[in-house]
Amino acid sequence: MGIDKENQDIESNMRDQARNLLKEKKVDAIIGYKKGTLPLMAQPIIIDNEEDVDKLVWNNMCYMNLAKYLVPRVPKLCDPEKGNLKVGIVAKGCVGRAVFLLASEKKLNLDEIKIIGIPCNGVINRQRIEMEIGEKEILEVSVSDDKIIIKGKDFEESFPYEEYLNELCKLCKVKSPPITSKLSDLCVGECQEYPSIEDEFTEVSDYDTKTTEEKWEHINEILSVCTRCYACREACPMCYCNLCFVDQNKPIWFGKTSDISDIMVFHLIRAMHMAGRCVGCGTCSSVCPMGIDLYLINRKLEKIVKDRYDFTSGLDPETLPPMVNFKMEDEQEFMLEED
Amino acid sequence: MNETIVETGQEKKEWEPKIIAFLCNWCSYAGADLAGVSRIQYPPNIRIVRVPCSGRVNPFFIIKSLTDGWDGVVISGCHPGDCHYISGNLVARRRFAILKELLEFFGIEPGRVNFMWASAAEGERFAVLIRKATEIVKNLGPNTKFKKKW
Repeated sequence: MGIDKENQDIESNMRDQARNLLKEKKVDAIIGYKKGTLPLMAQPIIIDNEEDVDKLVWNNMCYMNLAKYLVPRVPKLCDPEKGNLKVGIVAKGCVGRAVFLLASEKKLNLDEIKIIGIPCNGVINRQRIEMEIGEKEILEVSVSDDKIIIKGKDFEESFPYEEYLNELCKLCKVKSPPITSKLSDLCVGECQEYPSIEDEFTEVSDYDTKTTEEKWEHINEILSVCTRCYACREACPMCYCNLCFVDQNKPIWFGKTSDISDIMVFHLIRAMHMAGRCVGCGTCSSVCPMGIDLYLINRKLEKIVKDRYDFTSGLDPETLPPMVNFKMEDEQEFMLEED
Repeated sequence: MNETIVETGQEKKEWEPKIIAFLCNWCSYAGADLAGVSRIQYPPNIRIVRVPCSGRVNPFFIIKSLTDGWDGVVISGCHPGDCHYISGNLVARRRFAILKELLEFFGIEPGRVNFMWASAAEGERFAVLIRKATEIVKNLGPNTKFKKKW
């Protein structure tokens, strides 16, 4: 089955589910994707009546993680009298995980949420395609069979689909949103139960074999172009602090210069804050105006918490994330000991 | 062994690292005190900052020390289970584990940041571990990578 056919199936199923939910008044509003005004990008949209259901789309350009709009709630999802509206959320695997993780952090009440699960088939790596097209203007994008076809004024190029997916999508093990037996009525559409996830993290292990010097060079090469616009923070569903550490000025933990050490501090602390919380949606990389791909750092975080604390983020809203939890018998091989 | 030698005045002196140490008030700080009153020698390279608990140590303390140009950082707290605040050091341990792995991932020498446990009765152990940490940092040489240039 070609990718275009698959997308149509997903889209029509999703619209049916959304229509039913609105008709039966199970939700007040639905948040999903609509066709973007620019090619290669889909936009988020909030709908609250049945007529608008046909605006919902699924294509391989839906890179936003919609859980971002739940915490803090955007005004459209609140009612001045009723308070929080009941929201249906169109969820690929990583959106479902984000919802669960936010619930485990008590930022979200799952009673107010209805998940419309879709079996995601990957998101196109926008940056990489734009980089290869160069300065020519892209006017139309379509996916057919296993090719991404880019059309513009007097040019047409095609890219192999599998190769031009987001790095994280290639490695994704949670395509449909997760569900647990206790929460079986939370989800309509395609949801799946994941008892545990086997992952080899080969790309992280490969990176770990490098020497310290090589690692420094590699990270420098990736991050040195960072302008610290904080688009990654703005798009991340897990970044909901009222006052982010980068905006703090009492005390000023690190400078605002483009010195490599300041850039590193931002990315290090961002990574610290994401440990055990990153759901691997890759939105941070997709929104980066400089085309920085943070997937390696995010994968490393997943590997650390998996190896050390046997935790995969966002699979069960009842398990505590590792950084707010502790055990007496945690590994401590890194501590300095007498010989 | 690092060959870095700095000239001070006329005489040439071997380079000595500067290390900042965050010690928990209830165990390690008292341990350092015990080492002092028992006249156990430990390297004078460390500058001690007293914190209420190792759980008080924000990763920013460690990272800012490095960007400010300290050559090494030592964090010491009570042994697991002995924390004055019951579980402060256990929470801290998870944080340190991840920070240590991330620093290594980013290409900063893992020996720059050292974590240790030392109780109030372990003056000897404290001195031994500080000696060890100083040796590690000395072998790494001055902190140039992560120090802020401007």
